[in-house]
Amino acid sequence: MNRRRSPLWWPLAALVALLAFNALASPGFFHLEWKEGRLYGTLVDIFNQGARVPMLLALGMTLVIATGGVDLSVGSLMAVSGAVAAMQVNAGASLGQAAGLGLLLSSGLGLANGWLIAKVRLQPIIATLVMMVAGRGLAMLLTGSQMVPFKDEGLRYLANGSLLGLPVPIYGVLGAALLTGWALRRSAWGLFIEATGDNETASRLAGVPTGGVRLLVYTFSGLCAGMAGLLEASNIAAADPARMGETRELDAIFAVVAGGAALTGGRFSLAGSLVGALLLQTLTLTLYNQNVPPAVAPVPKALVILGVCLLHSPKLREQMGRLRIFTPA
Amino acid sequence: MSRLLSSRLLPLFATALVLLVLFAGAGWHYEHFFSARVVLNLFKDRAFLGVIALGMTFVIVSGGIDLSVGSVMACSTVLLATLIMGMGWPVPLAMLVTLGFGAAFGGAQGWIIQAYRIPAFLVTLAGLFLARGLAFMLSPRSLEIRHAVYTDIGARGLPLGDGLTFTLGPIVFVAVLAAAIAVAHGTRFGRTVYALGGSESSAALMGLPVGRTRIAVYALCGAGAALGGILSTVALGSGDPTRGTGLELDAIAAAVIGGTVLSGGRGWMVGTFLGVLILGTIKTILDFEGSLDPAWLRIASGGLLLGFILLQKLIAIRARDI
Repeated sequence: MNRRRSPLWWPLAALVALLAFNALASPGFFHLEWKEGRLYGTLVDIFNQGARVPMLLALGMTLVIATGGVDLSVGSLMAVSGAVAAMQVNAGASLGQAAGLGLLLSSGLGLANGWLIAKVRLQPIIATLVMMVAGRGLAMLLTGSQMVPFKDEGLRYLANGSLLGLPVPIYGVLGAALLTGWALRRSAWGLFIEATGDNETASRLAGVPTGGVRLLVYTFSGLCAGMAGLLEASNIAAADPARMGETRELDAIFAVVAGGAALTGGRFSLAGSLVGALLLQTLTLTLYNQNVPPAVAPVPKALVILGVCLLHSPKLREQMGRLRIFTPA
Repeated sequence: MSRLLSSRLLPLFATALVLLVLFAGAGWHYEHFFSARVVLNLFKDRAFLGVIALGMTFVIVSGGIDLSVGSVMACSTVLLATLIMGMGWPVPLAMLVTLGFGAAFGGAQGWIIQAYRIPAFLVTLAGLFLARGLAFMLSPRSLEIRHAVYTDIGARGLPLGDGLTFTLGPIVFVAVLAAAIAVAHGTRFGRTVYALGGSESSAALMGLPVGRTRIAVYALCGAGAALGGILSTVALGSGDPTRGTGLELDAIAAAVIGGTVLSGGRGWMVGTFLGVLILGTIKTILDFEGSLDPAWLRIASGGLLLGFILLQKLIAIRARDI
């Protein structure tokens, strides 16, 4: 179960290659500056922006993909949690109350995803697609389709502040990743998740609570999306129900796949996904630095996704080759 | 009644019933709803979605999914506008090349899915990014198409009297529907698509050309997306790189509401047609309501989609019990 063929190798190599390109192409890329008790520079930006959304979403998406599923609703759940928190803050609620309610709602919708998939036995793509459409509608309904500007010092600090010279979100996401990884490896749940993704029927017959596993991972993904939504909204001090989180689910899937996980499930690497998210953020910033218009930026992104998949596929073909003894294809 | 309930056609009946109820309800509630103009507009506004949804139905029946259709459509509109306005190509040739681009793009996706065994949704997700980016590369802005031929075909159509015409878009939609039904139920290719979606290994063991069929299905869907793009340029007189965002969801929803099963192997082209009309009717009702929050459109289509999938589940369970 724990066959780890150095899942970090490819994403790290790609990241180093991309950084090397930047070092040559844009002078000052590695320039770091200490100003007003805080570190500034492009590298810090990559970490900071990467931590706020892609890394958090990738964390939840990793576990979902490890069970052989996918969660397309994270972008919409970001919008829901951001909208709820913004309205709570404007209604005079405390930081804990606003954030708590936003996270509760996004986790609840994630749980609903899990219920549809585990109990009603819908395909994950479809259940989360429905949630993606309906969740966006819910966010827009809550806010009357309006931008909701809000101000809360606590939330602002979490999204934008600095601690020991580094932006706060970096600590947040690393803490969340370490905690998740620790909890999964210390308990049997990490194994359960991989077993469910590997062969659900066999796992269920072996006594793995596959239904519970699915409920857990989709709820967790909803929670991560909720946190990302809070940070994103707090960063720009406004919740945009219509646009916030749009296409972010694709970024998260990209990060997980680039990080070495198989989309068919069965194995995962939290560290790999985090590196994948950093790779994505670096790519985004590189394109921006090279004056590629933001609208054209999807082209290289798509090519990288395809490239990564093709790199993975010889392994799949090996496995296929072994299977071919039994099923002539 | 029980025979009807246990029938495989039940989703189709349910879809038709929902459409009737929606339409009758709206006709009863709103003045002027039950008119030829409303029905005509329903066809006109939904023609390009309809063509795309029919291509999507083929893909879903074959057991796959194509998330790139919205972007391919946008890219096609810009390509067509560039060829006609920027490079001065004759309109029919430009349209043919655009159709060819859609088919080639879809076919390439199908080839990658088939040859490298990468999940369809991932490949077409990359295709979604790629085609949208290509569209913006061709033109970052909307391009107006001003051409004598264009104004001419835009105005043509079957006159229905009362100043109403059945314009090009609806005509093509209905023609494509007829062709899709003929191909799906009357040709060897169509039956292979159903067999492939039912069970790929069984289809391969029967000696059916699995690889070729899969690539052809994606090429067909890509060509459908390009045709949808062409129709939208005729209707709107421009090519626009932002057009068709999120259209893939509408196309999937239309197919599912029409009774096509997402795990593949079962579905009806007529069902997709009804699904497109249902989505269009909901949109028209919201337009009539005016004050209603557009957010309801999303919630309603999400809820409807879920309802139909649950209905299919229920039927599948009953079918197993019998």
